[in-house]
Amino acid sequence: MAQHQVNYASSAGLPIALTSVDKLVNWGRSNSLWPLTYGLACCAIEMMASGASRYDFDRMGTIFRASPRQADVMILAGTLSKKHAEFARRLYDQMSEPKWVISMGSCANTGGMFNTYATVQGVDRIVPVDIYLPGCAPRPETLQYAMMMLQKKIRRESADMKKNVKQRIV
Amino acid sequence: MRKYVPKDDVQKKSYYTDRFWVAPRVPKEMVEEGSHFDSVVKTLSDVIELKEFAIELGQLRIVINSTDNFKALETLKNESGYTMLSEMSAVDYLAKDKEFEVFYQMLNLNEAKRVRIVCRIQPEEAVKSVVSLFKSANFAEREMFDMFGIKANNHPFLKRILMPDDWEGHPLLKTYPLQGDEFASWYEVDKIFGKEYRDVIGPENRDPSNVDRYDGQRFSRVGYEVPFGSEINKDKEEENPIAYSKTFMVDYTTGTKTLSKRK
Amino acid sequence: MQVTNKLTPFFENLNFERDDNTMVINFGPQHPSAHGQLRLVLELEGELVKKAYPDIGYLHRGIEKMAENMTYNEFLPTTDRLDYIASTSNNYAYALSVERLLGLEVPRRAQVIRTMLLELNRIISHLFFVATHALDVGAMSVFLYAFREREFAMDLMEDYCGARLTHSAVRIGGVPLDLPNRWLTDLSKFCTKINHEIEHTYEALLTENRIWKMRLEDVGVISAEDAQSWGCTGVMLRGSGVKYDIRKEEPYELYGELDFDIPVSDKCDSYGRYSLYMEEMRQSVRILRQLIPMHSKTEPKLMAHSPQYISAPKEEIMTQNYALMQHFVLVTQGMRPPVGEVYAPTESPKGELGFYIKSEGEPYAYRLKCRAPSFFHTGLLQEILVGTYIADVVTIIGSTNIVFGEVDR
Repeated sequence: MAQHQVNYASSAGLPIALTSVDKLVNWGRSNSLWPLTYGLACCAIEMMASGASRYDFDRMGTIFRASPRQADVMILAGTLSKKHAEFARRLYDQMSEPKWVISMGSCANTGGMFNTYATVQGVDRIVPVDIYLPGCAPRPETLQYAMMMLQKKIRRESADMKKNVKQRIV
Repeated sequence: MRKYVPKDDVQKKSYYTDRFWVAPRVPKEMVEEGSHFDSVVKTLSDVIELKEFAIELGQLRIVINSTDNFKALETLKNESGYTMLSEMSAVDYLAKDKEFEVFYQMLNLNEAKRVRIVCRIQPEEAVKSVVSLFKSANFAEREMFDMFGIKANNHPFLKRILMPDDWEGHPLLKTYPLQGDEFASWYEVDKIFGKEYRDVIGPENRDPSNVDRYDGQRFSRVGYEVPFGSEINKDKEEENPIAYSKTFMVDYTTGTKTLSKRK
Repeated sequence: MQVTNKLTPFFENLNFERDDNTMVINFGPQHPSAHGQLRLVLELEGELVKKAYPDIGYLHRGIEKMAENMTYNEFLPTTDRLDYIASTSNNYAYALSVERLLGLEVPRRAQVIRTMLLELNRIISHLFFVATHALDVGAMSVFLYAFREREFAMDLMEDYCGARLTHSAVRIGGVPLDLPNRWLTDLSKFCTKINHEIEHTYEALLTENRIWKMRLEDVGVISAEDAQSWGCTGVMLRGSGVKYDIRKEEPYELYGELDFDIPVSDKCDSYGRYSLYMEEMRQSVRILRQLIPMHSKTEPKLMAHSPQYISAPKEEIMTQNYALMQHFVLVTQGMRPPVGEVYAPTESPKGELGFYIKSEGEPYAYRLKCRAPSFFHTGLLQEILVGTYIADVVTIIGSTNIVFGEVDR
């Protein structure tokens, strides 16, 4: 019996770079982005609203998952406090590759209005961020637009995650 | 010359106050004979010494000695019907009077009346915990300890509540700057990556309008468009006519840095 | 003696050197049904909770410290982020305490609009409670239905102030804008709709639902004495049989003139609290219906007249020199309230929300303490969770209706 030569798991990526495969993989990846329910503060309410009846995130193949191991996207929705920072990083580390991060709201982007001792001044100090979503709080439409931007970004990326240059911190 | 900033009070001050301006005061009313508050004052004055009492904006404010706080609240609860401690906390008067002011906001559910018990304590002094009377003081006293460092004797579990356990400093003290001290600014980096990564991650950027012109990933360039993520050579770059704000970093050495007593 | 290190941190009422069969589990700080960033350390024996230790502070943003470094008007939008489900009630509580400090009289039209917004926010918040509580307990469809109506209420808020979540719809001394055209007709339509939905959707789905009753009845029982001792307010207090509503007992705004009932339940459990939330929404609709005709009977004046503290209307600023000067001083320096302290309680959807403000006559508050109802309700968890089953923990957290913006501030 012929053994399949391509071992996807061990070589960490695809052996042959074909644009069509890239497109196929990215098509799959981008059309079922499962975000982690990472509601931190006010933006979490808008994140919930975008998952609820009127805005209906499900039609984009976006289903919120409660476990980081089942999630592709981490939507950091809200203020990240210094006490919480290590847990945010731990959850990010627990997500399986490929993974993306949307920083939702001003607080997550830059600390926003909370320019204080207790707030992380931008989650990009902790995790690499793909999409910065401005607003305080951003409307659900904005979050959906950010998701569509992320889909666009994924479709442009190489399927081999190693080739994707990201602003990795550590 | 650098502007003088008092070290003991780093709260923001008004940039201009008229020389002749005198702040008015909220009117204090006397306690009327025979009213509900009158009976409260009488019951309390039998048990403890009242330094001062007056009605301010509809609520009775009683100043007592700091050692009497438990007795005062016990009397209020058992004899005057103030069965709820709706709030307690402290005010930092260290810079002015070298004292803390601790207040207890009490509520009588039957009469719909509120009384505020106020006492002043020395910075080294601890207040008597009232958790055995009002369980709501459990969290409130922990918060007071966290924010001001005021200890409550006999508290079942006096531990930081809002800040992490290994935090340095008490944030609501007037000596603590709003944007935190050096420990606070590196807290998450030290905790997650370790101190050696401070250089990699860099100091916090506290300037909300900061734009990094050479960051092709996070900033688009007005006027000189470049592809996403492209590296921009700093030397061979044309002069950009659009003025960007330069990065502003908090300078802890010249500013208002505080160190905890442990150091 | 516990040896504390990174693997076994110090926990007060948890015994790590145990020879019994208990297990310590960590719930949160990022748990989908923890209503935010609540971390609970639970010691379990089988499925029974032996000890519970709520750990908060994961959303501490230093709002009280910010208040000390901002002028009174600057701080107002920050209060939106306290209880972000019903922002206007925070704006209002803050504005009320500053107004009491200044001794301002708010014009009647502003009062009508404020009361309307407060009650609309109560409906928004209670709908959110029903949605998330039902979602936690397992009734997903109620979440979708309740969010549908909540969006209509948010549309009304958006029509008025332009924001969905962070309203800042109240100013110190009044309201910034009059109601837009047709807003009142929309509101009365919404009232009819929500009344219908409460009866025919949420209550039809939940009230007599067998699973709902099994999950909620006799779960999270708080006695009246405990509720008072723990500083419970709002529905948590009324759900324990104590009839105390600040709107009735210490009336503010127009609540003294309005006709509404305070529902009380002496069941003391989660189910009683759920029915109170439902009844309160009906009462809010009743209040809104009374307020709609009151609006047209008032003078079109929106801000209090007090040149020392409040900027004049835009028209005066543009035409009169002195008003412009006052406005300039108030914007650049900020208002300087009299020396003194104030504590103004209001009935927010979650309970008693009050701001203690200590003023030293400066444009910056010397100390601002936000008395948040959720903070005390979270403290209660360490007691009522003990002796319940692990499956009920989520129900109890849901029925306390805590919001972490105001717990941690």
